[in-house]
Amino acid sequence: MAHHKLLPRQYLILGLVALCAPLGDTCLSRGMTLLPLVTLAHPLSLVSAVFTPWIGIGIALLIAFFASYLTALSWADLTFVLPATAFGNVIVALFARFWLHEAISLERWAGIVLITVGVGFVANGPSLTERPAPAVEMPAVASHQEAQEEQVR
Amino acid sequence: MNIPSTGSPVGFWTASAMIAAIILLSTTGEVLTAAAMKSIGDLDDIRAHSGMNGAIRAVVTCPLFFAGVSFLAIAFFALLLALNYLPLSLVAPASASLTLVTNAVAGKIFLKENVDRRRWTSAVLVCIGVYLLAH
Repeated sequence: MAHHKLLPRQYLILGLVALCAPLGDTCLSRGMTLLPLVTLAHPLSLVSAVFTPWIGIGIALLIAFFASYLTALSWADLTFVLPATAFGNVIVALFARFWLHEAISLERWAGIVLITVGVGFVANGPSLTERPAPAVEMPAVASHQEAQEEQVR
Repeated sequence: MNIPSTGSPVGFWTASAMIAAIILLSTTGEVLTAAAMKSIGDLDDIRAHSGMNGAIRAVVTCPLFFAGVSFLAIAFFALLLALNYLPLSLVAPASASLTLVTNAVAGKIFLKENVDRRRWTSAVLVCIGVYLLAH
């Protein structure tokens, strides 16, 4: 059964969606900048990049992201889950400010506020679109079965 | 025209085409994957009834899921290619913010989701926020 108001476990899944994607992207970026430029003439060098350590870690994090993302999509709308992925940018910026002690400009603080407000907007609404009950189709199925039984008689 | 602020070796139009390809491929992949997960049902319920193996079997035997994952895989290699030429601070926010808007449109058209004023406002706020974070 779909839950329109989320349980704490489901918020945890959305948290994993938000955290794993930006961390994975950062690892991929670090891995790809260490490699020589890849040209379209040698596309197989992209495949060999997959086996380098940073890209390997990035892929592992993105697999964790994908598993939690699929779970979230099974009980919530796509347009509800996607803002959670953007919230990852806020988490990375806050890590940078309070852990790495990097300076954050006024524009970035404005960006953090806008994303937080945007995610809060969606999170307060229903997580799943109401669908008409499948019971509407039942009489049609039943009448089809009745018609078949009539034919047999 | 190169991208002077980033020192990128590719021009503006090539960079735009790379980002547009990521957006188009990932939107298609995400819509197909979301449709697959809705057709499968609540994974928590399936796991409660049939265990983790049952949940994994339900996902990997769904053809729509493989169509979605194929598009997401191509989008991933398009992202790797773009990261090789462009900085993460440009590629990630640009593709992420614009994908939010294209997904809201695709979710309304193809998944028949109720993208009400609240979700449109959220998509626009997050889109502007991601843009500001990149600066």
